[in-house]
Amino acid sequence: MTAVPTRDHPATVPTAVLRARAKSLRRHMLRMASRLGEGYIGQGLAIADVLAALYFSELRYDPRDPEWPDRDRFVLSTGHYSIALWAALAEAGVIPEAELDSYGADGSRLPMSTLDTTPGVEVTGGSLGHGLGVGLGMALGLRLAGRAARIFVELSDGELQEGATWEAAMAASHFRLDHVVALNDCNGIQADGRVVLDMEPVAAKWRAFGWDTVEVDGNDVEAVGDALRRSRERNGRPKAIVLRTLPGKGVATLERREKAHFMRVEPDEWAQFHRELEGVDG
Amino acid sequence: MASPGVSQSMAATEAVADRPTVQAPFGTALRALGHVRADIVGLTADLAKYTDVLPFAEAFPARFFNVGMAEQNMIAMAAGLAKTGLVPYCTTYGVFATRRAYDFVAIACAHSRLKVRIFAGLPGLTTSYGGTHQAIEDLALMRAVPGLTVIDPCDATEMTQLVPAIVDVDGPVYVRLVRGTVPVVLDPARYRFEVGKARRLREGRDVGLVSTGFMTDRALQAAERLAAQGIDAAVLHASTLKPFDAEAVVELAGSVTRLVTIENHVVSGGLGTAVAETLVDHRVRQPLTRLGLPDQWLECGSVASLQDKYGLTVDRLTEAIRGLI
Repeated sequence: MTAVPTRDHPATVPTAVLRARAKSLRRHMLRMASRLGEGYIGQGLAIADVLAALYFSELRYDPRDPEWPDRDRFVLSTGHYSIALWAALAEAGVIPEAELDSYGADGSRLPMSTLDTTPGVEVTGGSLGHGLGVGLGMALGLRLAGRAARIFVELSDGELQEGATWEAAMAASHFRLDHVVALNDCNGIQADGRVVLDMEPVAAKWRAFGWDTVEVDGNDVEAVGDALRRSRERNGRPKAIVLRTLPGKGVATLERREKAHFMRVEPDEWAQFHRELEGVDG
Repeated sequence: MASPGVSQSMAATEAVADRPTVQAPFGTALRALGHVRADIVGLTADLAKYTDVLPFAEAFPARFFNVGMAEQNMIAMAAGLAKTGLVPYCTTYGVFATRRAYDFVAIACAHSRLKVRIFAGLPGLTTSYGGTHQAIEDLALMRAVPGLTVIDPCDATEMTQLVPAIVDVDGPVYVRLVRGTVPVVLDPARYRFEVGKARRLREGRDVGLVSTGFMTDRALQAAERLAAQGIDAAVLHASTLKPFDAEAVVELAGSVTRLVTIENHVVSGGLGTAVAETLVDHRVRQPLTRLGLPDQWLECGSVASLQDKYGLTVDRLTEAIRGLI
């Protein structure tokens, strides 16, 4: 598949193409996790459709020049979702695909949690509750500079429990940062298992903080693409897209597995996972 | 008399008659810097009036952001602004910049080597409000963060000089704020602030006083009184706690018979510890006494009486040093 990202929004991308991108991202992730035998594969597979729609139909960037000043920024606040970001950056041509084999290895540019020294990584994620606030600062700075760039901040449902997230949510409305889009991945799990502190109703919380909010099936790449396109509206309000995602999505065994924050997988299971992803059986 | 951008209450230093003062040296210097550097932005967390930043805010309203009572978000936003190439100068109180926003200072700013500048009001024992507002351990916390520069300036001269001097320093910088009506202790014509450099302000053979922040003003006054009693004290002003000017301390240690550190901070983790580390690392055998605040939560009360109780006044310093010799 040839890389198509450009400095402009592509004309409407056929859903079939985005689905193929999402499957390709999942392949990359299985490749990385199977070499290591463990990882945040559940979260990564869950968010593959979101990253496919984002990187291949919405984000304006230049894979040959990741520091292009007018680029849209994607802030991955959950640094441990790095496996998904490495897949997207490789698929987009920002980093070489062969480098994915170094995921989690000593000295790799592709660690288990993100570092902003890797090309294409805007923020060192992982201290949860940081991403939204840092994204707002970027949005203010770019607006002061007169640049048209937008800021997309991924954050998780567990991360809504961090108070700093809501400090940032208040500030985004106050400063009318309508070029900020929160991509709130609600996969229902956190470190101790299923979400331990009920965060519902999530969309109503964003709305109450002044955000222009929609809720979509985060594993429906067409719905995500539509929501991203609608988020371009400059109406004075920051945008929130609440994404309902399924951990392990695309690999039936993992979808059914007791939901785990961090998965270890037996060596003989990977071939089965690959078959399930490709729809060969299962 | 109140004037815009100047807080009159709880001035950092006790008044000394006939000494020149400067109103809001921080905000005034930041406004001057803002005129020559378009990349300077200001932030505060609902403490603009109390951190002397109004001169900048009023001159550059489009480049100033008051984020409300949300110090974590202020530092996170400052990191984001810095990521776009701007140089944010943030103000709050030391207790909030450290205890409240520590993870954001450490990870969002220092780990990413971003040029965020944090000016922290009410350093050490400079407010009557007690432990909630007295940043008695901020230097210890901030010194521990890799890649963070830590400065405790003495007076209006040093504050005025350091605001532009730190603009291009790599990584974040934490500065203790001397605010309001700030005395001129250091001669602007002779003193030159430089990040990481301690300055010998007085020569002496008996005891070497190493001081930081406005305690240098008091160390100089104590040295005068000690001279009248036949004790010859040198004064080394170490305004940068990190990176620390070990060379200057070693040099001083070689020219006196004992060292005393003087700081407006608990005696663990700040200047006294930096000097002790220096002596050990450089195998310098020299008696060292650390003067500063005790390892305990301090009381509420008037600043003058508390500073006397906890040993920060010139009288108490002079007594303590004389008692050593």
